[in-house]
Amino acid sequence: MLSLIIFLPLVGGIFILFTSKANESLMKGVALGTSLGSTILLLFVTVLYKIGGGMQFVEQHSWIPTLGIIYHVGVDGLSLPLVALTALLSVLSIVYSWRIEVRLKEYLFLFLLLETGMLGVFAALDFFLFYIFWEITLVPMYFLIAIWGGPRREYAAIKFFLYTLIGSLAMLLAILLMYFNSDPHTFNMLALTQQQPLAGKPVLAALAFWGFFLAFAIKVPMWPFHTWLPDAHVEAPTAGSVILAGVLLKMGTYGFVRISLPMLPDVFRTYAPAVAVLALLGIVYGALVALAQTDLKKLVAYSSVNHMGYVMLGVAAAAAAFGVPEKAAAANTALNGAVFEMVAHGIVTGALFLIVGVLYDYRAHTRGVDEFGGLGARLPVYTGITTVAMLASLGLPGLMGFVAEFFIFVGSFGIFPYLTAVAVTGVVFTAAMFLWTIQRIFLGPVNERWAALPDMDTREQVSLVPLAVLMVVFGLFPKPLLDVINGAMAVLVTAVR
Amino acid sequence: MNLANLQADLWSLVPELWLVAVGLLVLLADLVIPPGRKAAVGLLAMTGVLMALIPVTSMIPWQARTVLFGTYAVDGFAVFFKLIAIVATVLVILSAIDAIGKQTPSEGEFYALLVFTAVGLMMMAAATDLILLALAIEYVSLTSYVLAGFLKTNPKSNEAGIKYFLFGAAASAVMFYGFSFVYGLAGSTNLSQIAVRLAGAPAPALYLALALMLAGFGFKISMVPFHQWTPDVYEGAPTPVAAFLSVGSKAAGFAVLVRVLVGTFDPARVNWVLLIAILSAVTMTLGNLLALPQRNIKRMLAYSSIAHAGFILIGVAAFQGNFGMPGLLIYLLGYTFTQLGAFFVATLIGSRLGTDEIPDYAGLAQRAPVSALLMTIFMLSLTGIPPTAVFFGKFYVLAAAIDNGLLWLAVVGIVNSVISLYYYVGVIRAMYVMPASSSAPLVEPAALQVALGVAGLGTLVIGLYPDPVIALARSAAFLLRM
Repeated sequence: MLSLIIFLPLVGGIFILFTSKANESLMKGVALGTSLGSTILLLFVTVLYKIGGGMQFVEQHSWIPTLGIIYHVGVDGLSLPLVALTALLSVLSIVYSWRIEVRLKEYLFLFLLLETGMLGVFAALDFFLFYIFWEITLVPMYFLIAIWGGPRREYAAIKFFLYTLIGSLAMLLAILLMYFNSDPHTFNMLALTQQQPLAGKPVLAALAFWGFFLAFAIKVPMWPFHTWLPDAHVEAPTAGSVILAGVLLKMGTYGFVRISLPMLPDVFRTYAPAVAVLALLGIVYGALVALAQTDLKKLVAYSSVNHMGYVMLGVAAAAAAFGVPEKAAAANTALNGAVFEMVAHGIVTGALFLIVGVLYDYRAHTRGVDEFGGLGARLPVYTGITTVAMLASLGLPGLMGFVAEFFIFVGSFGIFPYLTAVAVTGVVFTAAMFLWTIQRIFLGPVNERWAALPDMDTREQVSLVPLAVLMVVFGLFPKPLLDVINGAMAVLVTAVR
Repeated sequence: MNLANLQADLWSLVPELWLVAVGLLVLLADLVIPPGRKAAVGLLAMTGVLMALIPVTSMIPWQARTVLFGTYAVDGFAVFFKLIAIVATVLVILSAIDAIGKQTPSEGEFYALLVFTAVGLMMMAAATDLILLALAIEYVSLTSYVLAGFLKTNPKSNEAGIKYFLFGAAASAVMFYGFSFVYGLAGSTNLSQIAVRLAGAPAPALYLALALMLAGFGFKISMVPFHQWTPDVYEGAPTPVAAFLSVGSKAAGFAVLVRVLVGTFDPARVNWVLLIAILSAVTMTLGNLLALPQRNIKRMLAYSSIAHAGFILIGVAAFQGNFGMPGLLIYLLGYTFTQLGAFFVATLIGSRLGTDEIPDYAGLAQRAPVSALLMTIFMLSLTGIPPTAVFFGKFYVLAAAIDNGLLWLAVVGIVNSVISLYYYVGVIRAMYVMPASSSAPLVEPAALQVALGVAGLGTLVIGLYPDPVIALARSAAFLLRM
């Protein structure tokens, strides 16, 4: 079932490669059909999923037996929400991309390949498989930015590729270090978590930790590894930005929670304060730089640096609490918040990039925040959805972002009280930034230049409304999602202890 | 030795003898077949070499042994390199059928020379005696010089031939000097005898002999500092020849290096592990840095082939354990498919558009979508992006480095992979991002398409399902140590 979900988009992509270029509606149909098919299958998985039941829907097949590499996938409370997020954002992005005219065939193929890669990263339970999926996501993203991106697309695309490749190769060495120190040698992530092969080998463990750290920190991105992000996010086409911010960044934080935390808890605890400080710098720096932006897309991009900082603060706090039983509850809360924030950020920032695209791609062709004004009267639907998304992003109670940030702060306050206190100020900056943006774009006197702007069409509504609904639903009623996450995080916290 | 023994020995030489026969047959056919139909000669040569697969594959399960008075090994290691030689020769002939006929009237001789070179490559991989080794290396060198300078009317090809000859002659001379030292120290030309008798030899003399021999081996595999000929020769030689040199003689060079170094020199007495590790790091780095500014695809692939030689040397330095030697073999096989594929696309563009400049690849995604897609796969494979053949080779040798405690070398390796991404992506960028100067579709000759398809298939299959190759490489490496 899980394999079908992962590979259905790729099958669709390969089918598209063999269809005639002229048959656009067939290609679009196949793309939408296969990604929607994955999503529907995933709904079944979600329904059948047992909360707190550990790894489920596990599939194991022999693959490269001489090296002990198996095809091994499964989902738990950490990966299931992220897999669902990936499938959802992919479908919505394909809907949004309905009007792509340039080189549609290649676009759809790359998009579906990307979807398979992302789903695979979250579901893979064998390091070799994980690495392959991880790398597969790089290539289509490079093309999406380089071919369909903005004016500086080539620079942004190669920068993205180089940055992330250096990270992933460092991860490859870390994986090999784990492999050669395990007994029997294995790439099985669950077995390695149990074995703790590097416990008691502090030097090797530190090397492996920093190898993984480099890969994940570049992906998240943590300050100071974030410089690829503004370029890539701004130059990528709208759907690419959505996937980049919504899913690809989560691969980094997912790695921290899935790999660094349970497999190298000792080293992670040692360096947790340093990681937390970097997270804090990301929070404050991201918010302040975002505040100074006049380009709406850049503003959203830097707000990602800020939000991913919250996630990392929560993860670092949990790592610092390793071995201290009385802080276990706080660590659990912080992790719940961090994983919830991953999902929330995916939905909210995904929506925000779509929102930027709605304005930029087919209407105003400018993203200057100061060039608008009074759009609220002209585009009521657009204004409504944008306001919900921005309020969710700044953490207004009743919306999704608040729940996540609340848990992160509550959890990490018990572990890093001072750092958390500073981090909370980040929320103020974020609030200022988004409120000021809403004011500049939607309120004030109507800029006559945009008098003829039409409101959102059906395609745009189909891609945005579900996200807005989810923000409200999980903001008011986070329990189902939290229960799923908590099921996995509670296991993780007790296992690490 | 009685007659029965000799007969049995000859049976072990069937692949080599068969190829010699095919070469002679090709020369004869060239006399009979009229100009304009010379493609038939190429097909004959290709089929003949392909049929050598039958005796070679039947040798896979054989017990390792030496024949002809202990001068010639029949073991898994040699068989592995014979497979590489056959694959390379078959694919290169296929790719050349369209292009070479337009460039030279002596098309038939070209194929015959390729077949004869293949025999030499096989002998290099199997020779276990210094004299036979020297003969095999010289034999391959001679045919390669001719092949590099094959386009008599093209000054660049002439330059390539002369340059290759001068560098090669100097490197061979130095290497033979090294051989003479080894003979003087050991009193035997037989490698297994040498391995035993060198135990008592003075270390400084061993270092000297090793350094002198490395000049010759390093020349064949384009190792820094014996690499200078590579870009000029690849650029000037006919593209199929450059393809052939970059995989065929490189692989055979590695076979010789491994047999002599790993087989006869005890690293406890002569610390060649550190030496090779340093040479590996320098070769990778220099090759990659020099590849960065290249605009000519053949020069770029030449420098990249230097960088890959450095990467493969990791496997030699990390030869202990279960990963180094199989890693080297897997890397070489995967690299054979991928590098050949990249050169085949260069052949296509060179013969259809008359250019080797990377910017002229602009818009290839529209003009030849299948070739562009395959080229993308080759470039990503050379970078080391999974699931491709060279990725798996890199994975294996990096694993070997870590297994041998050479973490620093692995780090140099990954930094170099990142550097190499930049220039490989340059090709992809030209094909997919830069606008086409013309939208007319390119005509892709059928034989070249087949060669490209096989190269692409090999690249992907080794990347996705490497298990059979691992098994083969492991048994080959295992027998080597016996």
